[in-house]
Amino acid sequence: MALSYLRSSSSRSVNLLKPLSSSLPLRRPISTDTTPITVETSVPFTSHQCDAPSCSVETNPKELLTFFRDMALMRRMEIAADSLYKAKLIRGFCHLYDGQEAVAVGMEAAITKKDCIITAYRDHCTFIGRGGTLLEVFAELMGRQAGCSKGKGGSMHFYKKDSNFYGGHGIVGAQVPLGCGLAFAQKYSKDETVTFALYGDGAANQGQLFEALNISALWDLPAILVCENNHYGMGTAEWRAAKSPAYYKRGDYVPGLKVDGMDALAVKQACKFAKEHALKNGPIILEMDTYRYHGHSMSDPGSTYRTRDEISGVRQERDPIERIRKLILSHDLATEKELKDIEKEVRKEVDDTITQAKESPMPEPSELFTNVYAKGLGVESFGADRKEVRATLP
Amino acid sequence: MATGFHGVGAAVAALSSSPSNSFDSKKLLCSPRRSFPVRKGASFVADRSDGSVNLDLNPKARRAQQLIVNAVANKADSSPASSSSKPGHELLLFEALREGLEEEMDRDPRVCVMGEDVGHYGGSYKVTRGLAEKFGDLRVLDTPIAENSFTGMGIGAAMTGLRPVVEGMNMGFLLLAFNQISNNCGMLHYTSGGQFTIPIVIRGPGGVGRQLGAEHSQRLESYFQSIPGIQMVACSTPYNAKGLMKAAIRSENPVILFEHVLLYNLKERIPDEDYICNLEEAEMVRPGEHVTILTYSRMRYHVMQAAKTLVNKGYDPEVIDIRSLKPFDLHTIGNSVKKTHRVLIVEECMRTGGIGASLTAAITENFHDYLDTPIMCLSSQDVPTPYAGTLEEWTVVQPAQIVTAVEQLCK
Repeated sequence: MALSYLRSSSSRSVNLLKPLSSSLPLRRPISTDTTPITVETSVPFTSHQCDAPSCSVETNPKELLTFFRDMALMRRMEIAADSLYKAKLIRGFCHLYDGQEAVAVGMEAAITKKDCIITAYRDHCTFIGRGGTLLEVFAELMGRQAGCSKGKGGSMHFYKKDSNFYGGHGIVGAQVPLGCGLAFAQKYSKDETVTFALYGDGAANQGQLFEALNISALWDLPAILVCENNHYGMGTAEWRAAKSPAYYKRGDYVPGLKVDGMDALAVKQACKFAKEHALKNGPIILEMDTYRYHGHSMSDPGSTYRTRDEISGVRQERDPIERIRKLILSHDLATEKELKDIEKEVRKEVDDTITQAKESPMPEPSELFTNVYAKGLGVESFGADRKEVRATLP
Repeated sequence: MATGFHGVGAAVAALSSSPSNSFDSKKLLCSPRRSFPVRKGASFVADRSDGSVNLDLNPKARRAQQLIVNAVANKADSSPASSSSKPGHELLLFEALREGLEEEMDRDPRVCVMGEDVGHYGGSYKVTRGLAEKFGDLRVLDTPIAENSFTGMGIGAAMTGLRPVVEGMNMGFLLLAFNQISNNCGMLHYTSGGQFTIPIVIRGPGGVGRQLGAEHSQRLESYFQSIPGIQMVACSTPYNAKGLMKAAIRSENPVILFEHVLLYNLKERIPDEDYICNLEEAEMVRPGEHVTILTYSRMRYHVMQAAKTLVNKGYDPEVIDIRSLKPFDLHTIGNSVKKTHRVLIVEECMRTGGIGASLTAAITENFHDYLDTPIMCLSSQDVPTPYAGTLEEWTVVQPAQIVTAVEQLCK
């Protein structure tokens, strides 16, 4: 699972090793250290119709540093996207994920690339977690050819088929039936993999969610519905939108688990538990208690429906990156300086990628008409695909 | 609701089991008060369910008559009239659909069927009867009444490579799944930059039936036609029903197959061997010289009925069943327009924003110079379909109106 984080492995491990060897030649290299560490999650799991997993999470120094780096990268990326939007290089909708990074990295740590993830429009970080590159993100946000959807999708339409990331959907709640369909296909092909269908607290009130949940439970599909509850559906607080904001209980006959979504290790534990459960018993709902620092999107200041004190309070007490940083420092896995170096390096990487993305050209005008159909259709007649049996006359 | 449909099916089946079974379709479509126009002009007899008329005028028509299987426009002119055509087998349209579906399910293990009552019940129009017993519950799935989500699930499964066939019990119910069909089904190939194809088939009966009421008599071709990325086809005979079903399942694009409630019991002889119909091709039903009549689905039979009267009166209409509603087969249509210079569109879709409206625009844009008169389009009235039989009859286009229209066009 950590292989996904080794995409720029050579530079990273070398960089981490360099300061270590220069400052403390006796310290063992952490980037490859997998001696297990057990961490207790601070907030216990609350469960509905199932037994909660234990609060002791197995992890190791390598994983913790990967968490730190990836979350720092995601945070930096989102903040850079904010600046790009204000500079009018990104237009339209831009929904930022900063504050919620723990959900993306924790989930990735518990699953493989064969498991499917599908999410809504707040998908930049989930895409990175699935193995997408920064260049693909920024180029797509700016509508350039190097983007993951060739510039034709935009912020809300990131997809990565080879690592089973199914997007990237703009209509609230519509991705949940799609996710259950992915789970159906997994069951059909007997893959022994699961699908994580992510949605928000706003989408939790959509009827199609319950329809899909009913069908998944009926057909025993390996679908895990994950509610990323950041407590606000755009400008509407959850208590104003839902009679019962206990989203993990909403499944009624489907078991649910409430997780502290700002703790990457708790998320990892919950996802591992959910995967085992889904493969044996069918669907399960995970509610990730998380928070977003930005507004709903770039056009929303985010402070008209909540106080700045609340936002800064969460940032001080529950920030996912700070939590991992404290963990790393308390277990003596790296020094403050090393972590700061990682952050600086990440910042540089993001800036460099933005420069590179800016150089990527806009799509060609002919791209307007490509990929509408799987095979281009003109006014001439074409045969059906597959080419094995054409229309024959007896 | 299921019993209501069953009742209609039974009534129609009762009609079709009359002794003179070759007149199935005629009995279906003629109101009891109307006398068969066929009897009057004794020089020809219609004895096929597709309404093609045995005329001695045109060798092509005769060839089409003998080779009943040749329902596809004969582009390759070199293929000779074969008198040793294989003995096919006779079946009804819903059986043809089932045959096509079954053959594709046998051929490709990734094909599965989802819909309400398609499994154990056998399908409300018996299209999927027997498939659940043969293929099991995982391949023929009974869904709860949740169109939005099971269509979404079908699309999600299609994203991974499965080839689901989603049945809407009545096309009108798919309005609940419109979001999934428009945004996800049609657009995912484009917004993902070509990463995902959605090889899904969405099918179901639509159209005005026998007093089914407004909500169960809808024509959704007009609503779906502007969704980019989907293909729409409408079947009208057992031959093209089976062919289009198979082609739709094999296509990598999402295809919506429109069937018609009243056409399920049409009987025809179809070939034994494997064949498919081209998804983007129109069908030449009756070649002619004077006027091009473009139609699809049930209105084809009204047109053929009117054609008999017209031939009696000395006109020679060219009847084309456009079959492909999106994209239009402008090749066949254009050739016809160049020949006849007059176009009449007869459709069951609504007047406002219907298929006919788009087709009129497409023909005018492309073939304006070849038209002698403005295109005439006969469509259903812009009203919810009433329950009363007499009113319902006049919501859709009747053969008499077609005859009048052609006379006007050819003046």
